[in-house]
Amino acid sequence: MTTAIHVTGLTKRYGDLVAVDDVSLDVAEGEFVGVLGPNGAGKTTLLEMVEGLRRPDAGVVEVLGEPVWPRNPRLQPRIGVQLQASSFFERLTAREQIRTFASLYGVGQATADEWLERVGLTDKAETRVEDLSGGQAQRLSIACALVHDPELVFLDEPTAALDPQARRNLWDLLSSINDSGRTVVLTTHYMDEAEVLCDRVAVMDHGRILQFDTPAALVRGLDAPARIRVAPGSLTAEQATAIPGVAETREDVDGVVLVTRDPAGVIGALAAGNHLDGVTVQTGTLEDVFLSLTGREYRA
Amino acid sequence: MSRPTSSRRSPFWALSVAILRGFLRDKASVFFAVIFPLMFLVLFGGLFSSQDQSKVDMIQVGSVPLIEQLPEGAKEAFEDTFEVTRSDDLDEALEQVRKGDADVALEQRGDEVVAHYTQTEQVKAAVTQGTLRAFVDGTNVAVSGSPPKFSLVTEQVEDDSLTTIQFVTPGLLGWAIAMSAAFGAAATLQGWRQSKLLRRLQLAPVGTGTVVAARITVTLAVALVQFALFIGLGAVAFGLQLSGSWWMALPLIIVGTLCFMALGLFAGAVATTVEGAVNLANFLVLPMAFLSGSFFPLDAAPTWLQRFSDILPLKHLNEGMLDVMVRGQGPGAAVVPLLILAAFALVITALAAKLFRWETT
Repeated sequence: MTTAIHVTGLTKRYGDLVAVDDVSLDVAEGEFVGVLGPNGAGKTTLLEMVEGLRRPDAGVVEVLGEPVWPRNPRLQPRIGVQLQASSFFERLTAREQIRTFASLYGVGQATADEWLERVGLTDKAETRVEDLSGGQAQRLSIACALVHDPELVFLDEPTAALDPQARRNLWDLLSSINDSGRTVVLTTHYMDEAEVLCDRVAVMDHGRILQFDTPAALVRGLDAPARIRVAPGSLTAEQATAIPGVAETREDVDGVVLVTRDPAGVIGALAAGNHLDGVTVQTGTLEDVFLSLTGREYRA
Repeated sequence: MSRPTSSRRSPFWALSVAILRGFLRDKASVFFAVIFPLMFLVLFGGLFSSQDQSKVDMIQVGSVPLIEQLPEGAKEAFEDTFEVTRSDDLDEALEQVRKGDADVALEQRGDEVVAHYTQTEQVKAAVTQGTLRAFVDGTNVAVSGSPPKFSLVTEQVEDDSLTTIQFVTPGLLGWAIAMSAAFGAAATLQGWRQSKLLRRLQLAPVGTGTVVAARITVTLAVALVQFALFIGLGAVAFGLQLSGSWWMALPLIIVGTLCFMALGLFAGAVATTVEGAVNLANFLVLPMAFLSGSFFPLDAAPTWLQRFSDILPLKHLNEGMLDVMVRGQGPGAAVVPLLILAAFALVITALAAKLFRWETT
């Protein structure tokens, strides 16, 4: 696999604040990579340096084998960007908007219209961008980033400020954009989003990348206990505590929760005692990963 | 992915169309750039254009042979100046003058012509005294039987057609162009910065020059439309007549537009919101319009104010346009204003570039 993005020792300071602190990472072609972290973690600054919008104080960025700084005209047709805000021309309709962006990249208007259809905005084609809903505006913005069929696309918090339903609706679109082998880098402060969409996730906090791996590996590396919930009435708290390997027991109206580092053994014991009614097993999530990496609760 | 059948536009054209559409769909911008100044033109050209002194209302009390026996030519001149009504009651006539319903009551006592006037209408009082004295003197000369030794011939320096509309059109046009260029540039820079469209365009394969050229092209097109509307409305509705080298107004408008776009960029660079940018542009342009003679001529203004107005670019735009559009000066009259405006444009652009930021922080 060839490298789409190669970053070493990237640093950016604003006065006393180190926004990005000695970050190194490589992204392979065709990968869907997420940069996950709370607001102010330095995700956008990192992305903007990789895109070539900001000059790093230190470090090297190479994208698709090219240096990004200073402004590199060979690179621009090959990358697509969606910035954090909705960067639109004022008072244009959705169709005029994407056709204008298409023209900036020397792409024909029919292609622009196809993208409008692909993101499900054909019936909003004549609507001005100011009148689109948040989700529709994000779809249009993503379509504008992809209209010239770039090899690499950067999406900065594409689901920010959307309600949960609109966010999930957008996931289908997002997961489809690297179908054709396109490399995608996305920032998000939603754990579930990173888990669902990304091949690999870089967990970022205070300007540093704490870990960069697949969601499964991140959770696996996490030495977190599993939570096994058993339906109410199936067994008592005393019985549960007696099972070998159960570290902690909690009882509430929804049943009994067994906290254990040996889920396989505990489930075996539950099966033997015929207590498997309504059993659910919850292992670690990226939330837990973040907690264990930073020592504090994750707050977007 | 693009197919040969699909129509394609150049980046410059696409940007120009996008900017123009954005402008035309912004009702407030169109109003302030086009309609609002035209309203001023109608106001100034229509309501204030009757500069011809209205006639002096005269009440002739009893018989005034001096007037009744005026020769034909003099009678005509007299009637141009005075609107005469007759009365036989002196007291009532005086009362009317006192109340302002008439300007002068005239009676003749033997060889004495007596004019009762009020000083509240100073101009008319002066006109009345001067004119009546002239008629009395003329009649004295006529009855003496000797031909007059001196004669007075008056000739107006300007073209005969010079009316108020000639003076107000260039000044108001200058204000309109300054306003729309400055507001447009300020709002675009600030709006695009807020929405990060500036950043987005920075990452598209179009040069900064193309983006700037598209913005300038649209503003120039709007300025030329303003010019055509002003000239058209002035000519059709108020009898505006342009003098020989009026076409030199075009380069003045182009350089003036660049100059005020630079001022708008400066406002856009300094301010942190779109409203702030437009307000700052307004704050710079509106007082400048007053001090540059856009709304009233500066001839009567104190000398220090006239000197101060020399440091305002709009004054030079207005003066240049007045010279070539209505004062009948040759094309060369526009050269100095053009150079001054270009210098202003360069200095303000440099200042705006120094203050420019890609983003509001």
